[in-house]
Amino acid sequence: MPTKIEKDHISGQETTGHEWDGLKELNTPLPKWWLYTFYATILFSLVWVILYPAFPIQGWTGLTGWTARGALPAQLEAERARTEPMLARVREAGLQGTADDPELRAFALAGGRIGFANNCAGCHGAGGQGAPGGFPNLADDDWLFGGTLEDIHHTIAHGVRAGESDQERGIPMPAFLAMGMLTPAEIADTAEFVLSFTGRATDEAAAQRGAEHYEINCSSCHGPAGEGMREQGAPALNNQIWLYGGDRQSIIRSIAYSRAGVMPSWQGRLDPAMVTMITVYVHALGGGE
Amino acid sequence: MFKKFSHGTIERNVILLAVLTLITVSIGGLAQIVPLFTVETTIERVQGIRPYTPLELMGRNIYVREGCYACHSQMIRPFRDEHERYGHYSLAAESMYDRPFQWGSKRTGPDLARVGGRYSDDWHAAHFRDPRALVPGSVMPPYGFLDRPLRGIHNIEAHLRTQAGLGVPYTAEMIANARADLLAQARPEAEGNGFEERYPNARRAVFDGNAGTVTEMDAIIAYMQMLGTLVDFRDVTPEQLRQQ
Repeated sequence: MPTKIEKDHISGQETTGHEWDGLKELNTPLPKWWLYTFYATILFSLVWVILYPAFPIQGWTGLTGWTARGALPAQLEAERARTEPMLARVREAGLQGTADDPELRAFALAGGRIGFANNCAGCHGAGGQGAPGGFPNLADDDWLFGGTLEDIHHTIAHGVRAGESDQERGIPMPAFLAMGMLTPAEIADTAEFVLSFTGRATDEAAAQRGAEHYEINCSSCHGPAGEGMREQGAPALNNQIWLYGGDRQSIIRSIAYSRAGVMPSWQGRLDPAMVTMITVYVHALGGGE
Repeated sequence: MFKKFSHGTIERNVILLAVLTLITVSIGGLAQIVPLFTVETTIERVQGIRPYTPLELMGRNIYVREGCYACHSQMIRPFRDEHERYGHYSLAAESMYDRPFQWGSKRTGPDLARVGGRYSDDWHAAHFRDPRALVPGSVMPPYGFLDRPLRGIHNIEAHLRTQAGLGVPYTAEMIANARADLLAQARPEAEGNGFEERYPNARRAVFDGNAGTVTEMDAIIAYMQMLGTLVDFRDVTPEQLRQQ
């Protein structure tokens, strides 16, 4: 392979001297601006390494002593100082006071929306619309534990059947088949009677038989006419709102194996002012009482 | 002289090329290896960190198998926005028994480092089966097939022994009881036989809502629900968090 470096007369650049079947390769140097930028970045990295903790040597923090961990508390403190005056007013005004004061209410709705999106929307949906399978809709007026500000606040603060607070909401419903309290046939009859609340029973005789089982086993919580009971968190059975599905199979499964939705207690996880703000926000979603 | 020592010179001298390559690679290698010598001093001494329970360990294996790390990180960085959204930044100690760690590097989904306890078990099961039923805009694939019996229970002792060999402090008692502990965590009605003492703060539950069978769903939900829950940050002092 001949290695003869020559000048290319079109571009004015030298060739590498390689030649393959008459093809020659230009030895074009890197553009000057690129090369100097490259050198500048190398210099920059040297300065960086000296200023910041870049060496894995114990105790070496760089000349500035800066760390992301070290910088965080000041940032948090600055943000806290910015919001604390309003949060303190929310804490002081309490639930009703926050909801009544126009300025605090606007603050609580804005803050509550963020808190809800971060902590509640996973289960209850971005607009509080809930989801099938035991995730209640918060935007309607059908409440398991009550829809006043105090009721909502208590539910958020203490949770539901999570075992995290001794004032938590909800008692467990018995699993009537699994615990041997009703036979499969009796459960089917009871489900038929439950369907009759919403005019969907198709077997009148079965519903009549089921009425007796309902009276003994269900009415103390769900009410004689299926109107539900908020003290227990027993859902109403006489409307079209069903947490776990209102078809015959779903109702039979609910009676046989029970359902017990769980919601964490938020009073230890969130600032009391945030719990108040989320309460005001949820109350304003549409169903607040 | 400078002109002579060009890439042409290096490319034409195989020994010089090899030596210079070795030096370059060594610098990169040292940058990765040297920090390992100081790892003992960079992990914070915080209370509460324990090895995974056998069920959580199986759940972690499913997490790795399904490639969850490709979309979910487990690393809350010390920035204010992450602190507000996810909670206290992750500590090295919190993943000290992870082999390999699951910090991840991409968040198509949210960070999971402190997801434990934020949702109910029912939510996790429903969400694994059909993510879009609960989060309409989600792009997470459904994992309903995890409702199948958990496999590999028979050699969980060997699994723990391997982890112990790598430095995870599983005691002989933990290894001997591995299978019983795995089943005990998924069957809260049964006798624990010392499970609570061996694994403090481990919750026992029918995680997937199906009491009959210990499933992969049980395992991965048990793992989800313990993530980020071991350290009580009210007990952590600033001194412990100061990096060396």
